[in-house]
Amino acid sequence: MTMVRSHSRVPVAKTYKIYIDGKFPRTESGRYFPLKDVDDQVVANLCRSSRKDFRNAVVSARKAFPNWSSASAYLRGQILYRIAEMLEGRRDQFISELVLQGLSKRHARKEIEASIDRLIYFAGWSDKYQQVFSAVNPVNSSHFNFSVLEPTGVVSILAPTGSGLLGLISNIAPVIVGGNTSVILASESMPLCSVSFAEVLHASDVPAGVVNILTGFREELTEQFATHMDVNAIIFSDDDGGVAKTIESLAANNIKRVIPRNDIDWSSEKNQNPYLIRETQETKTTWHPIGN
Amino acid sequence: MTSESSKLAFNEGWQYSPAPESTDHIVIDEQYGLFIDNEFVEPAEGQYFDTVNPATEELLASVALATDADVIRAVKAARKAKNGAWSKMKPADRGKYIYRIARILQERAREFSVIESLDGGKPIRESRDIDVPLSAAHFFYYAGWADKLDYAFPGRTPKPLGVVGQVIPWNFPLLMAAWKIAPALACGNTVVLKPAETTPLTAMKLAEVIRDAELPPGVVNFVTGAGDTGASIVNHPDVDKIAFTGSTEVGRIIQRSIAGTGKRYTLELGGKAANIIFADAAIDQAVEGIVNGIFFNQGHVCCAGSRLLVQESVADEVVSKLKDRMETLIVGDPLDKNTDIGAINSASQLQTIQSYLKIGEEEGAEMHQSSCVLPERGYWCRPTIFTGVSQSNRVVQEEIFGPVLAIQTFRTPEEGLEKANNTPYGLSGGVWTDKGSKIFQITKKVRAGVIWANTFNKFDPTSPFGGYKESGIGSEGGLHGLNAYVELVK
Repeated sequence: MTMVRSHSRVPVAKTYKIYIDGKFPRTESGRYFPLKDVDDQVVANLCRSSRKDFRNAVVSARKAFPNWSSASAYLRGQILYRIAEMLEGRRDQFISELVLQGLSKRHARKEIEASIDRLIYFAGWSDKYQQVFSAVNPVNSSHFNFSVLEPTGVVSILAPTGSGLLGLISNIAPVIVGGNTSVILASESMPLCSVSFAEVLHASDVPAGVVNILTGFREELTEQFATHMDVNAIIFSDDDGGVAKTIESLAANNIKRVIPRNDIDWSSEKNQNPYLIRETQETKTTWHPIGN
Repeated sequence: MTSESSKLAFNEGWQYSPAPESTDHIVIDEQYGLFIDNEFVEPAEGQYFDTVNPATEELLASVALATDADVIRAVKAARKAKNGAWSKMKPADRGKYIYRIARILQERAREFSVIESLDGGKPIRESRDIDVPLSAAHFFYYAGWADKLDYAFPGRTPKPLGVVGQVIPWNFPLLMAAWKIAPALACGNTVVLKPAETTPLTAMKLAEVIRDAELPPGVVNFVTGAGDTGASIVNHPDVDKIAFTGSTEVGRIIQRSIAGTGKRYTLELGGKAANIIFADAAIDQAVEGIVNGIFFNQGHVCCAGSRLLVQESVADEVVSKLKDRMETLIVGDPLDKNTDIGAINSASQLQTIQSYLKIGEEEGAEMHQSSCVLPERGYWCRPTIFTGVSQSNRVVQEEIFGPVLAIQTFRTPEEGLEKANNTPYGLSGGVWTDKGSKIFQITKKVRAGVIWANTFNKFDPTSPFGGYKESGIGSEGGLHGLNAYVELVK
């Protein structure tokens, strides 16, 4: 059970843990699931996160929200850029993890490069999307009236199954660049990169709780992701015809924003745009009287 | 601190004479059918229901009860118009039709105002000065967008969604119809709209306007009825989008019923807005703002300032002035131009409000009402405030939708904000202070979609309106309101 095979010494395998509140605990449930490679060899034992892990993660995300949402756009951009820098330095690690999970080396290289570039893309939007989507509204009365975007709050994300790194990053980046905090369930079949990505986040000055990453079973956790009363929006992928219905009807408990992202080819640059940021933003309109 | 000197003596020495708006120029038919394909038609099952004047309990008209078959017919008409005339038309021409609606509404403004007040109970001063002119302004504003949509969505091309089902409430019957119909049409959609069952009449008059403006048949259809009619619109498979304004409870039902269908939706739901008054506010202005916030339209306003959070050092002064001001409010005939507070919209809403008055007292709050004399017939509620309430009281947490204000105090801005944000709602909020930097700090931290600083309950077609949290999804009004009615393609 190792990632780097060497003949000269006994390698040290990594324990894949989850990421909650800026720490790397094991699941409180003590459960695991094995990830196997194409030869049916166990590659790693992943945490099979529980509902309680999810609730803990939401508490952390909520706690992180006031500071992260009021951090300056410049700072958020700097931090996203920093994530990209850290990822660049760990290219080889991510390539070997992607290869272990079945990608060709060429494909793996493209995925890590696109992931880094995607972070740079959204880092650059941090202090621009507001200018594109805000408005000063010419009201028919003596008021100064303007509308700005504000983050929705805590966003739960069921990451795309088929794209373990790029799909994960393409969904996290627009959420956090807009000042939201998040809890993510990583791809069940390709979870390795999500844990290593958490380590990258940890080294990038992302405040604790802004991104929480769980590994585990989608079927077990979807209901929690959709029902939790302190989650404001849910993003999901891989609708099989039934999951959208389940998520949308459970989300109604607290009028969650439901954002389906099915059949998106994340490797295409055409699918990166600021509208992805806007999907987890609210519009706030403020009226100020003009007068003495 | 009840200062005799601050007392407002509006009624000493002289009395207001009655100043009722005349109704002799108003035509209300005895019966209205459904408006489908630009014609009033009989409902499939031949059933009708009554709409009454809540100020007199007198019958105004009877209105068709739309069943599934009628909704199917209306959607079919809307689909045909969507696939035909409305889509083939140049966007600029689409705009011209919407401009026509605005113009005819302006021409018939007085008639619409009187009918709105007769059917819904709101003071003529409000229907005349707010509901009707704002409705016309909404059509006028969105008409101009019809041929300029490409400029609203950088990097994307907006396409109409198709047939839009719209369900609106009884508190601003014409205005809500305008909010819903104008942007939908400007974006190239066609509409099936259900007015609220207690206030269908101005929608029937708007149907006449749409007919007279010669919109292509089927572009706008009205189906009248209650919850079942709304449900059959929501569940109709050929409706592409649902736009709903109403209670959070019904919003939840709608979100559940269209789960998994791929239908788009926008929801404009309940609220429990706080007016936050700081010690450095202009107190007299703030008191006017509180009054406008909670007593406007009898408090039947989703964004009403139904909670007052007042900084402790000025709490006695504010509450005392508020009580004095409440005494001067004229409650009565909605058609009288001096009336401040009209009739409660329906018997059932009055019952809801009265049950909350009871709940408030049972929870230990102190209730104060103005001493005004209420008319003998009709549905009425005195302006009411509760003091001595705590954050978990139901009158603090739940939307009452009546002229009932819950008052709490706070010491620090942090405490005020904590209390303001501590409900499931997030529709609106008010901040009162004379310090500019504080305004920006507080308005930013109130988690709600519309914030009024040193003012309250202001609306404009150019100004987006929508809720955070359980107050809804999406915005209406302004450029942002276009999002709700387009699909963006590359």
